[in-house]
Amino acid sequence: MVQLKINQKKYEIEADKSMPLLWALRDKVGLNGTKFGCGVAQCGACTVHVDGEAVRSCVTPISAVEGKEITTIEGLSPDLSHPLQQAWIAEDVPQCGYCQSGQIMSAAVLLKHNDQPTDEDINDVMTGNICRCGTYNRIRRAIHQAAKTVRKQKEDNS
Amino acid sequence: MRIINGMTRRSFLKTSAAVLGGLVIGFQLPSSGRRIEAKSKWASADIANAFLRIDEDGSITIMVNHSEMGQGVYTSLPMIVAEELDCDWNDVRIEPAPVNMVYSHTTFGSQMTGGSSSVWTEWERLRLVGATGKAMLIAAAAKTWEVAAESCRAENSVVYHDASKRQLTYGQLTKQASQMSTPKQVSLKDPKDFKIIGTPVKRLDTPEKTNGQAVFGIDVNLPGMLTAVVRRSPVFGGKVKSFSADKAKAIKGVQSVIQISSGVAVIADDFWTAKIGAQAVEIVWDEGPDANLSTQQQSEQYAALANTPGAVARKKGNITTAMDVSAKKLEAVYEVPYLAHAPMEPLNCVADVRKDGCDVWTGTQLQTAEHATAKAITGLPAEKVKIHTTLLGGGFGRRAVPDCHFVSEAVQISKAIQKPVKVVWTREDDIQGGWYRPRYYHKLSAGINDDKKPIAWKHTIVGQSITAGTPFEAFMVRHGVDVTSVEGAENLPYAIPNVLVDLHSPRHKVPVLWWRAVGGTHNAFAVECFLDEVAHAAGKDPYEFRRELLASEPRHLKALELAISKSNWGKPLPKGHGRGLAVHSCFGSFVAQVAEVSVSKEGKVKVHNVVCAVDCGPIVNPNTIDAQIEGGIAFGLAAALHGEVTLKNGRAEQSNFYDYKVLRMDEMPKVETHIVPSTDKMGGIGEVAVPPIAPAVVNAIFDATGKRVRQLPISSEDLRS
Repeated sequence: MVQLKINQKKYEIEADKSMPLLWALRDKVGLNGTKFGCGVAQCGACTVHVDGEAVRSCVTPISAVEGKEITTIEGLSPDLSHPLQQAWIAEDVPQCGYCQSGQIMSAAVLLKHNDQPTDEDINDVMTGNICRCGTYNRIRRAIHQAAKTVRKQKEDNS
Repeated sequence: MRIINGMTRRSFLKTSAAVLGGLVIGFQLPSSGRRIEAKSKWASADIANAFLRIDEDGSITIMVNHSEMGQGVYTSLPMIVAEELDCDWNDVRIEPAPVNMVYSHTTFGSQMTGGSSSVWTEWERLRLVGATGKAMLIAAAAKTWEVAAESCRAENSVVYHDASKRQLTYGQLTKQASQMSTPKQVSLKDPKDFKIIGTPVKRLDTPEKTNGQAVFGIDVNLPGMLTAVVRRSPVFGGKVKSFSADKAKAIKGVQSVIQISSGVAVIADDFWTAKIGAQAVEIVWDEGPDANLSTQQQSEQYAALANTPGAVARKKGNITTAMDVSAKKLEAVYEVPYLAHAPMEPLNCVADVRKDGCDVWTGTQLQTAEHATAKAITGLPAEKVKIHTTLLGGGFGRRAVPDCHFVSEAVQISKAIQKPVKVVWTREDDIQGGWYRPRYYHKLSAGINDDKKPIAWKHTIVGQSITAGTPFEAFMVRHGVDVTSVEGAENLPYAIPNVLVDLHSPRHKVPVLWWRAVGGTHNAFAVECFLDEVAHAAGKDPYEFRRELLASEPRHLKALELAISKSNWGKPLPKGHGRGLAVHSCFGSFVAQVAEVSVSKEGKVKVHNVVCAVDCGPIVNPNTIDAQIEGGIAFGLAAALHGEVTLKNGRAEQSNFYDYKVLRMDEMPKVETHIVPSTDKMGGIGEVAVPPIAPAVVNAIFDATGKRVRQLPISSEDLRS
């Protein structure tokens, strides 16, 4: 039994402690937004936040995240209001859409640390996330657009 | 959320039933003087045989019979209906169509998605659906108001009678409309009156693809469902000789281990346990006849074959005489490897086989074939077998398998264990599991006369046939020539008076498949690069050379001229940079690309930008076209720069994204898409940007370095300075 805190809710997971967080989320908790792509931290489809940092859940055993704050795409914002989701919709980023949860979760951490990312900054972070449909240019535009929104929100709040 | 996925059997049937009241446009629609009718004996009234349903709350549901794999059909196909229906686009939602003959592809005959054909093959039928719906709504309003239908008009989901200033919404009219008889004839709009078609409409499925709610096959869960991972032969063509499941069964959560046609399935409570269980099964394989096959061995075999005459795909003039009289002759060999599709969503399928029925949930491109497969395995009557199409996490052809193996496995397992099961492939299963774009060997020779004009072109192609031994063979192989092996080569558009294209189709146990853009993925590379070589040998600019040879091919020419005019062709470039050009036609569309690249001292290729011009005929959604051109370039570039599956001892040597590399963010070039305004025949868009990118890049590398790349993926080793 492992206790996990996911999207502000507590779950008791009956599974071996070595089970990757990805499969606990998908097969035990029923949160399907986090995707399986490679199983070896190569594609980023499984990206979630653990204590606010991007983590590849496919190689993260549940024993390593006990007691930590886990956020999945379902917990990013309840109503599509996160600046990245808004920008994703405005730029009409997804094609097949399968990798996009992971793309957004990686981008969210990038924006948290850097609200004015250059193309190079975006490459540094987002190169870990594969999109076979090739939506990279729209992802880049959406991140720049979301960064603008984040900066504006900060200005408005200060 | 406007997309309904068949998440549960009951809700699926309920939502797809055509008996909810309100207007339902069935399949019996007039079409060019003939009627499109359901041919199926098992079509029954309680299954939705409709493309359009309007509910009393005003919501408009359009059944989409093509699979959504990213190419945007869940938006572009409804746009066609909505245009003729004159409805408010905000009222539109879609449902994936169930399997029924009425939803068969209008050209290919079965329910399927492929060949970049969804929009152009549904264009006429879906316009009729919309126009018929509008006519019936207007007729209902006219009857209600006791006025002539001709005095009413429809706009934005409302019917108006301007003379009496009366109006009724489609939702208010739908019940009455459903009582009206289907009109025998309807008029379609003049394209100049289009309001939706031709505008950049945003995808209907974007919101649910940004919050994790979109349902792919891998996300389908049923009560009591187990998960299976299958161990398949590591050698292509191998079979299970014997196995021991003791160690696997000892793992907590492993429920059973059974042999199926493709290998040994380990069935467990969840994926992780099934995967560990699968690794623990001890299997002795009968490795079959290809147990020693290697890439090196194949290269030698293919090279030897290329020196012998093959099945003739195209013959024009007399190649031997023309070569003899040529003032200058060139010869070159181009090679491409096996390629895995590697869609981001690994293959999967959920099957629930019961005594009284079978339900299958999967992201497939071949619904009719999957249905027949599930029917054959279960022995159930056709109407008891249901295929529910989910979103596809990428297709690229990998989910269009003629032998239906990923559905077959799930149905076999569920039938055996009498429980619902989800079969999930690992990424290793995917990369090492075959069904690749075949490797090809191209031998080309050309002759140039004293006027520096090409007069002879000989092209010998060696590679496995995709359709041999499948149901597609009957109409895709002619006189020993598989059209998918030679497309893009036998239809060489350049005005060269003597041409010979021939083909060898060696057989191997490695299963091969259509891979986004199919024949063009290798033929465009060989043809467009070799043509560049010929241009340089003739001392001509590659653009001028092509332009002269395409003088009687107006659509190729328009795409070429547009790409050139937008690309700074001929203008100075930074040191170490080069520009390359390629032109290609496939799936009824015409594409030209100009790539700008630079090559580092270490031989690393950077593609800076690509200008792409496309003539795909009249367009439905320019937003989709932009996306597909960018996506096609990314897909083709991944293959040009990285993609390669090699064989050793009959096995694939690569296994995951660390050794089967694909394009990542830092390698994505800027892409500029320009659409040729066109009223010509409508073509496809999903695949057409793939073929030209490799030759455009390789030609640009030659421009930058003077080095000619003739093998993919491009090797930095060879480009070091």
